[in-house]
Amino acid sequence: MAKLPRQLEGEEVAPLVTDTAPQGHTRREFLRSATLFTATVAGLGGGLELLTRRPSGTAEAQAAAVTRKRALGPYDTSEPVTSYQAMTTYNNFYEFGLGKDDPSQNAGSLRTRPWIIKIDGEVRRPQTVDIDTLQSWFPLEDRVYRMRCVEAWSMVMPWMGFPLAALIRRLEPTGKAKYVKFTTLQDPKQMPGQRSGVLDWPYVEALRLDEALHPLAFMAVGLDGKILPNQNGAPLRLVIPWKYGFKNIKSIVRISLVSERPKTTWALAAPDEYGFYANVNPAVDHPRWSQATERRIGEVARRKTLPFNGYADAVAGLYKGLDLRRNF
Amino acid sequence: MAPGKRSLKWLPPAVYVGGFLPALILLGDALSGLLGADPIKRATHQTGQLAIILLLLSLACTPLRLLTGWTWPARVRKALGLLAFGYAALHFGIYLFDQNILLLAVGEDIVKRPFITVGFLALLLLAPLAWTSTPASMKRLGFQRWTRLHRLVYLAAALGALHYWWGVKQDRTVPTLLAAGLLGLLLLRLVKRPAKKPATRPTSSG
Repeated sequence: MAKLPRQLEGEEVAPLVTDTAPQGHTRREFLRSATLFTATVAGLGGGLELLTRRPSGTAEAQAAAVTRKRALGPYDTSEPVTSYQAMTTYNNFYEFGLGKDDPSQNAGSLRTRPWIIKIDGEVRRPQTVDIDTLQSWFPLEDRVYRMRCVEAWSMVMPWMGFPLAALIRRLEPTGKAKYVKFTTLQDPKQMPGQRSGVLDWPYVEALRLDEALHPLAFMAVGLDGKILPNQNGAPLRLVIPWKYGFKNIKSIVRISLVSERPKTTWALAAPDEYGFYANVNPAVDHPRWSQATERRIGEVARRKTLPFNGYADAVAGLYKGLDLRRNF
Repeated sequence: MAPGKRSLKWLPPAVYVGGFLPALILLGDALSGLLGADPIKRATHQTGQLAIILLLLSLACTPLRLLTGWTWPARVRKALGLLAFGYAALHFGIYLFDQNILLLAVGEDIVKRPFITVGFLALLLLAPLAWTSTPASMKRLGFQRWTRLHRLVYLAAALGALHYWWGVKQDRTVPTLLAAGLLGLLLLRLVKRPAKKPATRPTSSG
């Protein structure tokens, strides 16, 4: 049995010889130790907190539920709506930072008026149009949709806006139009997150034309009956409730009808993790986590994820004959 | 500043208390709703980060002692290591709870997803080290065997760093910094052998 080198014996093994200090010293010694003890506790504890703690929100705000009464239409879910606080402070919007709290804290720099949207490509009526004009073309309606993020959390969100199909029809696509491509604003001055190369800016998303014409596909300009907060994609965003959240492109400045399938941002960034279709599918896992379950924000237990986020009856027909495992 | 011949009795308890504080504050945050809209995810992230930071701190002790000749790093190494294991276990516990404690789903995760596999392996490697952290264990194993066993900490830290790196969606700055720190410490240990001076007493190269 090897002998222990002395400096590896803990205090609990070797009684301290320094405790034989004369009486006058012990008190000073004790005070000194107590001071150093406290400083060490504060230093280590504080340092660790500084590096890892990110507090957000307050209890009462988290609990403040959306209580607005609304008549449920044929497309609406009757599930309880997520708290307004959560919907507006728990966001992925990398143009304003990578943390969930970042968009609500940093999106104040976004100027949503005046806001010009360019419409081009395979349309008979290419044009640039101001958001207020574009909005005035359609009666606004409420839609309560489930929203499922690819990160396996979900919400129930009361959007306000108009069907995407109404907009597309108004633009009169030509026979060559097969896809609709959407582009987010690119302006690092207004969108500080764009100073980092974490994604290829500007953000681009796209839909097949038949997906875009589906009655569930929606353009939102409001949330819970109020104008859309910047962090939620003001002044105009896409909402496709049967797809993962990253398809719901925010702060749109350009809509193009094109004949080729566009390269979309997340599919370019990580092609093995984020596909073009991005249909919610509990049977096809993300490489790093299962998509079989999700956490509904505000609930403790996870719930089962539904095929097409529970909209299978309405949209499964769009994907007849398509291998959803390969076209994820 | 190297404390001279003065008592360092107060130091390990101070490290335990200081290192335990974040767990208490986390509990307070959870109870007062300060963990945001997805508190379980936030708690998982924070405990994981605490585990790997404390593990790196414990790994920094020996190089620091060898470079400076101070004795206090050796006194806190064990406390930091045990705290790291505690947070890693808590991290895993919260993840279990997150999966509704469905051991089947967890088992599938561990087998199917390399990112979970390496994290779980890191925890498994830390467990025997925590178990044998007492002087009694050191005596029982003998210094050489004990040292060799405890070198597993480097593997555990590397797996932990990889787990963090893989687990992040896009911005890998922090995991990369951690991995770089770990690599630096490893190189230091390989380059800087204990001095052969009785002034800083020799250890086996562990």
